[in-house]
Amino acid sequence: MRGSYTLILGAAMTLCFAAAALVSFIWVPFDVTLVDIPNKLQRPTGQHWLGTDHFGRDLLSMIMVGARTSIAVALIAVGIGILIGVPLGLLAAARKGSWLDEMIMRANDLIFAFPSLVIAILITAIFGAGAVNAIIAIGIFNIPVFARVTRGGALSLWEREFILSARVAGKSGLLISVEHILPNLANLLIVQGTIQFSLGILAEAGLSYVGLGAQPPLPSWGRMLADAQTMVSFAPHLALVPGGAIILTVLGLNMMGDGLRDRLDPKLRGRPV
Amino acid sequence: MSDDSALDVMGLSLSLGRLEILDAVSLSLRAGEIVAITGESGSGKSMTALAIMGLLPAGMRPSGQIQLDGRDMLSLSEREMCRLRGNDIGMIFQEPMTALNPLKTIGDQVLETILIHTESSKAAARLRAAEVLMRVGLPPEKYSLSRYPHQLSGGQRQRVVIAMAIVLRPKFLIADEPTTALDVTTQAQILALLKDLVRQEGMGMLIITHDLAVVGNLADHILIMRRGKVLERGPTKQLFAAMSHPYTRMLFEASSHQVSLPPPPPEAAPLLQVCDVTRAYQLPRKGIFSVAQSFRAVDNVSFTLRAGERLGLVGESGCGKSTLTRAILGLEPVQAGTITLNGAPVWAGARPNRVVRRNIQVVFQDPYGSFNPRHKVARLITEPYHLLDAPLSEQDREAAVSEALVAVGLSPDDGGKYPHEFSGGQRQRLAIARALILRPELIVFDEAVSALDVSVRAQILDLIVDLSTRFALSYLFISHDLSVVRSITDRVMVMQAGAIVEHGPTDQVLVQPRHPYTQSLLAAAPRLPPLPKRVAQ
Amino acid sequence: MLRYSLKRLLSLGISLVVASLVIFAVIEVAPGDPARFMLGINAQPDTVAALRAELGLDVPKVQRYLAWVGGMLSGDFGISYTYRVPVGQMIADRMWVSLPLALMALTLSTVIALPVGLYAANRRGGRGDMAVMGLTQLGIAVPNFWFAMILVVIFAINLRWFSAGGFPGWDAGLLVGLKALTLPAVALALPQAAILSRVMRSALIDILSEDFMRTARAKGLTRQQALWRHGLRNALIPVLTIMGLQFSFLLAGAIIIEQVFFLPGLGRLVFQSISQRDLIVVESVVMLLVFAVIVVNFAVDLAYVAVDPRLRTQL
Repeated sequence: MRGSYTLILGAAMTLCFAAAALVSFIWVPFDVTLVDIPNKLQRPTGQHWLGTDHFGRDLLSMIMVGARTSIAVALIAVGIGILIGVPLGLLAAARKGSWLDEMIMRANDLIFAFPSLVIAILITAIFGAGAVNAIIAIGIFNIPVFARVTRGGALSLWEREFILSARVAGKSGLLISVEHILPNLANLLIVQGTIQFSLGILAEAGLSYVGLGAQPPLPSWGRMLADAQTMVSFAPHLALVPGGAIILTVLGLNMMGDGLRDRLDPKLRGRPV
Repeated sequence: MSDDSALDVMGLSLSLGRLEILDAVSLSLRAGEIVAITGESGSGKSMTALAIMGLLPAGMRPSGQIQLDGRDMLSLSEREMCRLRGNDIGMIFQEPMTALNPLKTIGDQVLETILIHTESSKAAARLRAAEVLMRVGLPPEKYSLSRYPHQLSGGQRQRVVIAMAIVLRPKFLIADEPTTALDVTTQAQILALLKDLVRQEGMGMLIITHDLAVVGNLADHILIMRRGKVLERGPTKQLFAAMSHPYTRMLFEASSHQVSLPPPPPEAAPLLQVCDVTRAYQLPRKGIFSVAQSFRAVDNVSFTLRAGERLGLVGESGCGKSTLTRAILGLEPVQAGTITLNGAPVWAGARPNRVVRRNIQVVFQDPYGSFNPRHKVARLITEPYHLLDAPLSEQDREAAVSEALVAVGLSPDDGGKYPHEFSGGQRQRLAIARALILRPELIVFDEAVSALDVSVRAQILDLIVDLSTRFALSYLFISHDLSVVRSITDRVMVMQAGAIVEHGPTDQVLVQPRHPYTQSLLAAAPRLPPLPKRVAQ
Repeated sequence: MLRYSLKRLLSLGISLVVASLVIFAVIEVAPGDPARFMLGINAQPDTVAALRAELGLDVPKVQRYLAWVGGMLSGDFGISYTYRVPVGQMIADRMWVSLPLALMALTLSTVIALPVGLYAANRRGGRGDMAVMGLTQLGIAVPNFWFAMILVVIFAINLRWFSAGGFPGWDAGLLVGLKALTLPAVALALPQAAILSRVMRSALIDILSEDFMRTARAKGLTRQQALWRHGLRNALIPVLTIMGLQFSFLLAGAIIIEQVFFLPGLGRLVFQSISQRDLIVVESVVMLLVFAVIVVNFAVDLAYVAVDPRLRTQL
């Protein structure tokens, strides 16, 4: 089982960062607002495990607090996508071919034309920059993703005979969607959720990097990279540390998603590798 | 082509891990001869065919010998096997709808076989392709080489697949369930074509099929397989006469299984009345300005099913029987006409009528798709309780589940299991239990035994008769297979192109059909030779 | 075929109209009066009113919307609040950086991904496949702007093969311009190539299990021949879908990458405009980006028809 290998490794990596984020609420090695100019731009040392930045702030502490921002933004954005997208997808599938289905799908296509960066630009134009922008921008973009995945999966289920049986038993479209369709889509949605979560972390980093996401003093991985840019030639660890954090988190989530798919999707189970 | 070409399989074995898929299978095939392998699912008959072609799934290595004119094919390199496939041995598959590349024209696909094996020019190859398509019954003036597969019907696509397989006049042809996915009339045509090709071109054909009736009329030699082993073999006539292996006899009996239905109650009141029902679908418009056409799937159909009656509905795919079934079940509204049960309409206004629904239940075809894999049996078979006005007490529910499970020959403990723990036949029993649990007045069997192996099918047919005796069931039995309908119904209706073209007592319709369509259906249906006297006792 | 194209064209038109309405409405609710912002807090009310009239801000919203859309259709995007120059001119200048960048990245990612996907599918389960899967997994996880910074350190600062940023303009010569865009294009393309390779691989693997591939093998085609003649075109359908989606990611990515390399493209323009509250520029650039995405997806829909004969007759 190569699948369970990737699943365990991926889950372990993800848990590591989630744990770092949680621990940061009660304890960090150094206060992230603590400016310590004499110790600025240090390479990793016994005292500062990952080194310090141009203000002498401890990078490990900033990564831990930054994990909070990244995970919170991505998680809420995925939540928005699921809470709105999944019911829309179920509804569209239950009313396949109706004007409602058509409307939902057209609206989805339209949102797809607005990459989350563009949405973030628009929101920033109105309200100014902030972490909430990133949540809304990434969340909106997640809605059509989940709506499509749900509708696609639901449509193939609606063709199955056990759904016909449920209809013969007089169950309404809503009841069938909740009782028969949704539980059978759970695996699909968990896998998609993991993928969207990792995309969310990447998107949040990008938005913060260009200044449309989290604002100071809230530490964020993307902004750490933006700060590092001018100093990267003589202090490469400033870019390597937050970059590594992003890569490892996203890698962990993606590996977890792949492992989950291999584990949960009965269609792939037993297929020779 | 030499007439003494020979394909000999000797001691062919194949295993996957601990599972023995083939166990010392031997057969021999000569030019101009038809050999059939038959057996139920899991017998290894298709694997034998794939092993001969060298097209087994990756990682499977057979042992034994497969000799083509004395040359061992198993020791050939992949490159040599490629030269042999399509050139010396052609193959035809079961599912014509997916066997052709949807993005290439039929001409190009037939052409390809020629171009990869010969030095022939494209023009010459094109001529030969046209000639072969003509030979398989697709004259190029009607079916241009530039057509795409989706523009052809299933039977026509199977003809293209055959053309691809025989275009280089191979010595041998392997046909893996070549007609299973086709309607009876198309099946008869394709079988006639194959037989004709073998006789005229002097090819040897190995045909794999689960259908003994097909084999009986076609093959010179028969092999009966079960679980990877050849149980019995011999010339067709002798084998049918002798049937030395009990499994062969069981298969044979199950294939022509006749149940004894108790006589229906005389002159009972009408139960289901279908009156002038029409259901039409809009077709996509051909041009931007042309008027939208509609297709009448069910066209002005009327019939009555009396209480206690067992009515059959027979027709080929696309005849409208599924649409009619859905209308009767109240799953789709109709455009015109009425459907009533005991005088109450199936549709009350814009909503289905709950009281009527409670009294009509259904058993579908696919034993694997009929149950939500995440629910336990007790929950699954009590799903129709949703139609009750007041929920049952927990005790009554449990009692009903036990009773229904016992009635269909399962154990009351099975209520706590998941559907994947059951075999196909057992699941069909569960589906019947679900249909029975409300004690409906009418059960619709929608191709309920079509997906089952013959031995399982016989058991389920017996169960249906047994239940109909015990519970005085009325049912509508829908099938594409005339032989199944024969003994399980009192009366039968034949449907074609949305209309019922003939109806009457089953014995009468199936013995002395009046309508030409019924006649052609009966003529096309492959028939088993009469059961030997010794066996029938 | 004509019907299908017309239907797509109609939905393209509707999408554009709705998108423009959304963008216009969003910019409308933005707080702050551009005229007041431009003139400062101490401006006289009549000066502000005069500027509002000059900018066309005093007419009703419906009329303003129509004027905006009508203007864009005739190439007139209005006047920048900040620089008092035609927005169309500003966008056109920047476009010559952003568009070639996105196209270079798309080409690069396709050229890399398709062979890699083919290679991996061909050696499914083998070492080559495992290596590709591992590398692409990593490629997906790398943020393109971080990768860009690393490229700058290696190829511009240490090896000095490329300049670390800036754009000399196309007047300096085609090769000079292309060279300046090479690192940004690579940074953009590689993560996308990782995704596309995986899509290509899994599309091919799905196709390999199709019945018609077995038919092709039964004809005597080798595995390779069957894959090339029957597999590739069928696999192209899902690959095209993803390529259409990727274009919007590439455009967005280009905007971010421009920041790393100090390229004077649409990204720089839009961020500058946001900080200066030059909303008319923001509005027009966003509309342009959305327009590009919608048109590319329209092109993908038409490409399906070229690939798949079933669409030509069905609709």
